[in-house]
Amino acid sequence: MIGYSLKARQQRTIAVFALFRLAAVITGCALVGIITFLLIKGIGVISWDFLTSFPQDSMVKGGIFPAIVGTFYLTTGAMLIALPLGLATAVYLSEYARPGRITSVIRLGVVNLAGVPSVIFGLFGLAFFVSRLGLGVSIVSGAFTLALIILPTIISAAEQALKQVPLAYREASYALGASQWQTIFRVLLPAAAPGIITGSILALARAAGETAPIMYTAATFYMLHLPSSIFDPVMALPYHIYKLASVGTHEALEPIQYGACLVLIGLVLGLSLAAIILRAKLRRNKTW
Amino acid sequence: MARLEGSIILNHSAIRHSRPGLRPLPRLNDRRSRLLFTALAFSAFTALLLIMLFLFFEGIGLFAKPLENGGQVGLGDFILGSLWYPGYDPPEFGILPLITATLSVTLLSAIISVPLGLGTALYLSAVAGAKIRELAKPVIELLAALPSVVLGFVGMMVIAPLMQQWWDVPSGLNMLNAAIMLALMAIPTIASIAEDALNSVPRDLPEASYALGATPLQTLLKVKFASALPGISAGVILGLTRAMGETMVVLMCAGGAAQLSINPLEAVRPMTSAIAAEMGETAVGSSHYHALFAIGISLFIMTLAFNILAGYIARRYVQKGGI
Repeated sequence: MIGYSLKARQQRTIAVFALFRLAAVITGCALVGIITFLLIKGIGVISWDFLTSFPQDSMVKGGIFPAIVGTFYLTTGAMLIALPLGLATAVYLSEYARPGRITSVIRLGVVNLAGVPSVIFGLFGLAFFVSRLGLGVSIVSGAFTLALIILPTIISAAEQALKQVPLAYREASYALGASQWQTIFRVLLPAAAPGIITGSILALARAAGETAPIMYTAATFYMLHLPSSIFDPVMALPYHIYKLASVGTHEALEPIQYGACLVLIGLVLGLSLAAIILRAKLRRNKTW
Repeated sequence: MARLEGSIILNHSAIRHSRPGLRPLPRLNDRRSRLLFTALAFSAFTALLLIMLFLFFEGIGLFAKPLENGGQVGLGDFILGSLWYPGYDPPEFGILPLITATLSVTLLSAIISVPLGLGTALYLSAVAGAKIRELAKPVIELLAALPSVVLGFVGMMVIAPLMQQWWDVPSGLNMLNAAIMLALMAIPTIASIAEDALNSVPRDLPEASYALGATPLQTLLKVKFASALPGISAGVILGLTRAMGETMVVLMCAGGAAQLSINPLEAVRPMTSAIAAEMGETAVGSSHYHALFAIGISLFIMTLAFNILAGYIARRYVQKGGI
């Protein structure tokens, strides 16, 4: 019954707040539950051997080494492309931009690029990098496609970091006679570096976990040996998990499926956790 | 070091009006570097433009070129056709089942994710103690960082068999399964944006509410939540957009049947999973290939519309007043 007395309202407060607590608990349990479940099912297969050997016997035995290496190549490639472009864009937005059409167009591009679904990046990668530019299904195609996905993330993080550098740093630098270029490279970027690094780690984690963009641009299910050039296709952890899963539930395959999941989660969550801890530490140690 | 909010010297009106903005005296070096940075800054926009161009030109091929068997596909057949059988002879390219699948999976996941996400945000903002709040933020971020292929895997390996056991369905790979896993992806987005919005409410509004004798609940719901509603709505829409554009989870959990169905226990094929599943088996340049790009255009337009809506709501209904 709707009561308007103080007591009734207070009771309602307690009840509803308990509901909110329930929502948070369910959410928290979901995360913990998933990770624990994967941990239990997969920890058995994790071993040095698993991490460093090739799959054997059509994936039923052996390890996932080439997939780990492939993920490493793809994410490194993506960062090599996206980081300079992203930093340049962030520097522009933070230091050079004047309110006007050019800036609006650039911002529009960044915001909307961030909202494009990952499978569309995969389609574009296939049509542009693989077919039109003739790069084929390769590390290069995959890296460029992944770079497009993480570009907006890096731009936001870097622009935030640059905005937080106090105005006084710029003033002091200009007062000493430095040009804008010098100020950016010798004062601002180093000062913003911690924030930029944190954002880059998060972007890296994202690139490592994406499957749809690399499905048709870089990834392959099985390779006899590691890629010998950047124009070779490559195995990758997320794609490997997907392929293993679509094979179905085969008794002997199960531990490997879970093991691969664990490795990918370990990688992604490890990177994310590192970024979160880094950000917390930096906030505490800020000298301004 | 005390933080000067804006520089006193360089912001002195005389200097500001003669050279607006904090910029050093221009030199040739600076003009060139300005040009360089501006050019590089266009990379995101250029990428977006290229994506739209390629999607359009490859997708248009479905309607412009005749099919392999001589037939022709019209826009109406495509959008409203209820049969998606690209492999048949003659092939059917109606994406209505795909569109409804995307929309129903997103809606179903919203029914799960919005209450849980908002509930979590309200809990963190009003009920939780400082320690829990500090712990919860990273936990939510970690949940957001889970790769979608792993969530899809869990959906296949855990939810599907459970559904088969409990509800006696022929297959646990269906709309509901995908919706649950999609909700797990949307909840962190909704919760963190909503919590930020709730915490940004100007302090005097809840204080005024308490001064008038309202309970914490009344203040929370009628004052804080209400005034943070634009930001919260934007967060919800963003979370939904994330669910709508998600590929791996629906590919692995929604089943593969391109059928028009609103039964959550039936298999469906959303647009994203159709593209991902069929891309591998189509020849470049065939009508199926063009059809997949045409689906891509539709998906792109849908997510673009949602993103614009979210941005519009967040900007338009800004709470006025406050300290």
